[in-house]
Amino acid sequence: MANFYTDNPDLKHHLNHPMMQKIVALKERNYTDAEKFDYAPINFEDAMDNYDKVLEIVGDICGTTIAENAEGVDHEGPTVADGRVTYASGTQQNLEVCRAAGLMGMSMPRRLGGLNFPITPYIMAADIVSRADTGFENLWGLQDCAETLYEFGNEEQKQKYIPRVCAGETMSMDLTEPDAGSDLQAVMLKATKKEDGTWVLNGVKRFITNGDSDIHLVLARSEEGTTDGRGLSMFIYDKRNGGVNVRRIENKMGIKGSPTCELVYKNAPAELCGDTRMGLIKYVMALMNGARLGIAAQSVGVSELAYREALQYARERMQFGKAIIEFPAVSEMLSIMKAKLDGSRSLLYETARYVDLYKAYEDIAKERSLTPDERKECKQYKKLADALTPMAKGMSSEYCNQNAYDCIQVHGGSGFMKDYACERIYRDARITSIYEGTTQLQVVAAIRHVTTGTYMTLINGYDAVEVREELAGLKENLRAMTAKYQEAVAKVAEVNDQAFTDFMARRLVEMASNVVMGYLLLLDAQRSESFVRTASVYNKMAEAEVAKHSDFIAKFNPAQQELYTVR
Amino acid sequence: MSLNIIVLAKQVPDTRNVGKDAMKADGTINRAALPAIFNPEDLNALEQALRIKDANPGSTVTILTMGLPRAAEVIREAMYRGADGGIVLTDRALGGADTLATSYSLAQAVKKIGNYDIILGGRQAIDGDTAQVGPQIAEKLGIPQVTYAEDILSIGDGKVVVKRRLENGVEVVKAPLPCVVTVNGSAAPCRPRNAQRLMKFKYAVSESEKNGLKPEIAAIVEKRPYLTIKEWGAAFVEADPEQIGLAGSPTKVKAVENVVFTAKENLCMDGKNDAQIEDLVKELIANHTIG
Repeated sequence: MANFYTDNPDLKHHLNHPMMQKIVALKERNYTDAEKFDYAPINFEDAMDNYDKVLEIVGDICGTTIAENAEGVDHEGPTVADGRVTYASGTQQNLEVCRAAGLMGMSMPRRLGGLNFPITPYIMAADIVSRADTGFENLWGLQDCAETLYEFGNEEQKQKYIPRVCAGETMSMDLTEPDAGSDLQAVMLKATKKEDGTWVLNGVKRFITNGDSDIHLVLARSEEGTTDGRGLSMFIYDKRNGGVNVRRIENKMGIKGSPTCELVYKNAPAELCGDTRMGLIKYVMALMNGARLGIAAQSVGVSELAYREALQYARERMQFGKAIIEFPAVSEMLSIMKAKLDGSRSLLYETARYVDLYKAYEDIAKERSLTPDERKECKQYKKLADALTPMAKGMSSEYCNQNAYDCIQVHGGSGFMKDYACERIYRDARITSIYEGTTQLQVVAAIRHVTTGTYMTLINGYDAVEVREELAGLKENLRAMTAKYQEAVAKVAEVNDQAFTDFMARRLVEMASNVVMGYLLLLDAQRSESFVRTASVYNKMAEAEVAKHSDFIAKFNPAQQELYTVR
Repeated sequence: MSLNIIVLAKQVPDTRNVGKDAMKADGTINRAALPAIFNPEDLNALEQALRIKDANPGSTVTILTMGLPRAAEVIREAMYRGADGGIVLTDRALGGADTLATSYSLAQAVKKIGNYDIILGGRQAIDGDTAQVGPQIAEKLGIPQVTYAEDILSIGDGKVVVKRRLENGVEVVKAPLPCVVTVNGSAAPCRPRNAQRLMKFKYAVSESEKNGLKPEIAAIVEKRPYLTIKEWGAAFVEADPEQIGLAGSPTKVKAVENVVFTAKENLCMDGKNDAQIEDLVKELIANHTIG
């Protein structure tokens, strides 16, 4: 039987990144938990062995139960009756198995019942789960709402809710409303403080993934008379208290196992999480960043599945007397799929590592004050994480859509039929570049790191790493791409017009992404021979992409922007 | 009510994924080419045991396995899934045992454990496919046996109610405790390994595995008694040397052959003549093809 972790050596390569040494030491506070908890690691090797072995459990469950159930879940889907959601039978079984395996609340501290895993191995589990059933990754992955609860909730709330998440209760983030989608500042769900000091919620939420969850994080307007983000606060709603009903579930194109709910709040009791007015500005931003990393992982999982399905079909399908993989047109498609998959995966784990580093420091800061050096490091890592998260989410979701498209193309006419997994992959992939902020909004978040030079800081760091002779050519190409990227950035800066920068933003962010992923794969190749081929293919592709954008920007007269203004 | 549950488990070569080098030239199994796994139906038995434990807090699940010292691996695997601990019955003198000697040795170990309410095991192991060991243990212990169990419906008041999967349907039987129940592959699959338990028990070792541990690991094993897997020998379970190992095994394997079924002869009939068909059926019965 397949094990989705052990059958993919690339995962172990990323898990064993040299930066893990520092991440684990911070997360484990130099392994002091070993005295208090019988499942805490005693040193770095022990911790890494734990991640490896637990990921093996994830891979086992995914390769058997979850992947086996995926098709049935897609057909059956969840149902709603009397305000309550019932998951598809396969989904129920998946959740039971994940609970039994203790894979909920993975990143939560041990004292609250979690495994105290860094984000990196947790995200790796998400990558694996998504390959097994993309829609199930949503339900399982919502456990990272607990991160936000842990970061901003008070001690009593942590003690009350987080052990429940670790025991397998599910979560949801109730943000979107009919008139507040990408623009969350427009949220209107009303939070009213009663005389006794407790809060109740009234209103409607829409498009809420897993909206009938056990524990909800809710964005609501606590400040009467306000209309912008500064009047919003974050609340915890406990389903045990009642007051929220599911009015309907959406009939979606993909990720059909994941119920997308419309919720009606009627005097639903809720607890304030953190401070009032900080809901959107601080907490939901943190929540969304976590969720974006989760979607990046989900996207990489989809790419993996798309690539594997296409590869298998191309090897088996005979035409003109040979397997179609023998035809250069098909083979090229597969190598590019693999390069996109590998590039986005390297970017995913690079992002996860920086998230790990700054979060570990922030958590330590709750126990003692950081030294000036630590504070500086923490700030720098947070900036890198903020820069890489929208890049990873944007690029990996676009790539997984492209890979799903090519997966069907490799299948030819059969791919258009419902008989193969590729049609489900195609439907499931489609949402990734939309939710948790569309690709266009990821560009908005990323562009300031183009203009302020965060990406260049990263690129310079990568460039400073020595590579062996064999890889020197790739590095030269990357330097040339970097030069083109810098020229393009300079040109846009020179024009010095916000509208022009907005217009070119996508191109600039893509160029930065191509260079960053190109370098990451180069460093992967430096660490492991097995990445040389994919690093080379990606390098070629990135070279052409960067040239395309560079040429467009160089030859573009700002006045021509009018051509693209449709009214 | 807390119960003492024994689960019989065997480490077997994974015969479900047999490659071309699975057999050595002399006809014996090439164990190096086949990964050693937890016998699948023993996992079904473990699940039944863990369900009894879930429903009866305070119960203990002890794994008993006989084999090479490395069979401690199945005990660790069971601990990751919920078992409390286990015993490896291992001894050179026990080697080469057939089902008679094996069941005698295991029965001796069960007697040594002493206090037990129910013994569960898989219906059969995938290496030998005999399905004899469980029932023989029951005979040697003089307790009832229930075979082909698919679900343990209830346990209490000194009785166990078991649903059996038979060829043409199911049968529900009640048996007095203690008894032996062998579990069929159609029973619920075993729960997965649990992440916390895995991290807690991954350093569990038998006595012979303690040699060569890194000092920091040895220190943990020393400090945490639940990390020691018991290892018992033939003398410890007071086994009669005449009844164990090769000496105690009346089954002698003369040779093992690879048999490939091929249809060599064929007979065509038009089927219009009833007598012809009757003759054919008689012939098939006579040569044991059917019946």
